[in-house]
Amino acid sequence: MVTLVDGSEASLLQYLAKLSGVDKVGADQRAAMLGTRSIKTSSKSWAIDMAIRMVDLTTLEGADSEGKVRAICAKAVRPDPNDFTVPSVGAVCVYNDLVKIARKNLDLNGGSHIPVAAVTTAFPSGRASMKVKIQDTRDALTDGATEIDMVIDRGAFLSGKLGLVFDEIKAIKEICGERAHLKVILETGELVTYDNVRKASFIAMLAGADFIKTSTGKVTPAATPPVVLVMLEAVRDYYLQTGIRIGVKAAGGIRTTKDAIKQLVLVNEVAGPEWLNPQLFRIGASALLNDLLMQRMKADTGYYSGSNYVTLD
Amino acid sequence: MSRIDVKKTYKLFIGGQFPRSESGRSYEITGADGKFIANPALASRKDLRDAVTAAKSALPGWSGATAFNRGQILYRIAEIMEGRRDQFVAEILALEGGTTKAATAQVTEAIDLWVWYAGWCDKISTIAGATNPIAGPYYNFTIPEELGVVGVIAEQKESLLGLIAAIAPVISTGNTAVVIASEKRPLPAITLSEALATSDLPAGVLNILTGKVSELAPWLASHMEIDGLDVTGVNSKIESELRIAGAENLKRIHRFNKAQSPERMLAFMEAKTVWHPIGV
Repeated sequence: MVTLVDGSEASLLQYLAKLSGVDKVGADQRAAMLGTRSIKTSSKSWAIDMAIRMVDLTTLEGADSEGKVRAICAKAVRPDPNDFTVPSVGAVCVYNDLVKIARKNLDLNGGSHIPVAAVTTAFPSGRASMKVKIQDTRDALTDGATEIDMVIDRGAFLSGKLGLVFDEIKAIKEICGERAHLKVILETGELVTYDNVRKASFIAMLAGADFIKTSTGKVTPAATPPVVLVMLEAVRDYYLQTGIRIGVKAAGGIRTTKDAIKQLVLVNEVAGPEWLNPQLFRIGASALLNDLLMQRMKADTGYYSGSNYVTLD
Repeated sequence: MSRIDVKKTYKLFIGGQFPRSESGRSYEITGADGKFIANPALASRKDLRDAVTAAKSALPGWSGATAFNRGQILYRIAEIMEGRRDQFVAEILALEGGTTKAATAQVTEAIDLWVWYAGWCDKISTIAGATNPIAGPYYNFTIPEELGVVGVIAEQKESLLGLIAAIAPVISTGNTAVVIASEKRPLPAITLSEALATSDLPAGVLNILTGKVSELAPWLASHMEIDGLDVTGVNSKIESELRIAGAENLKRIHRFNKAQSPERMLAFMEAKTVWHPIGV
């Protein structure tokens, strides 16, 4: 393994200073151009099933209850109860205190292969002491989470304290160890520029993230195609330097099959086909799954389905 | 120097917006004299799907509005159409031919139809509802309610009157609608959509597509989100095909021959029965 930074703030800053900038106009145009690709018939069916396998089925509301989590766990295992051929989703994503309930219900429904992801480190704002963030993560791990979605301290990032951001991610990564995958949420909607997104992506990857994730879903804009493109370029560049493939999770604002397929086109064209699997690309969503299921029914039956034929979440 | 013509782009009406067809297609329509008139958008099945989505999301708001409020909005549509009377007359003359007198009469009748159905909005449940006698300590009421999203293939001959005779009763009761305009004479429908956009009607309650009935109608009939279908505008051969396509989700499919009739409202309503214990 190639070591790009030695862990000191000085070496981190030195590395980041050498990062190439992002051509904003170019990124916007490329994302828009790739968005016009037309994916039809058998390719579309493949893409729909792949997208279902990539969904992190998410419920992150203040009103979440045990019943709600039970319902999404059943749905995660068998998204369409009438059709056995629909694959399970990639993971279930819940708040920290509901991890135990999610794990239990997934296992009860025959979904022991589906990981539970927990959002930690004072999600979504990340405004808490390091002590609290660490305890937050430990709780989730104890309850059985095997994926941790942490948020970075955007305030520190924007005021230039990049070493602090790096150290926090590194500390959480140490707690996760081998027990859990670490996804680092950049909250791109608050990072203002694409250059910042690229810089934050590299900080996260250098600090040990297994995934970099666009957003919490609580801030707009979220996973816009150009932002995902910039992050995919970052993981590609990181792979070229180190030989390590880091995953990307697009979350927030992906509601339709069309949006999801656009993301898959980006993955294939920017990072490469190796990233087209749930180990390296995820889509954080709740409403998206119903649209994917309706499109799948349309492909099977030949007529448009309706919202009466999927679950209300 | 002569002035350059400002030519109009005729577009679809979906979810309160005026998009072109996603397919980028358009088709040519000619007037009664065979001369070129316009290139309206040729809607695709994806436009239709978008329209159904818009209609479905507009449904809770529109059916949840009070019947009185819906009546006010229908009346407002009549007011706005009145201001565009000359445009409607000119379009009917160009597309259907005939006399100015006949065209004017059609527009007048169409506007009056809105007023007529506006009046019905808060009366239909009184007329068609009932208090049912039952053997038990309950009040028992039957109340007609909206059906859901209704597909409309309006009458093709009288392009404005046929259209309004179909859509006014459907939306007066709280349904939302996806409408396929007259294929050869779509201009009054497009002008109507411009009137609707400025008449307090919530976005998505009426969605108007222009294009080929033979292309769009089967998708409308088989769409599981559509609960009822008005097939007044198609011939009996196509009607039977649509009835077969619509059987999957037991769509209510009707054909009408009268413009003014509360039956047109009731055809796309559903009876809800409520049991209420006496003394509670």
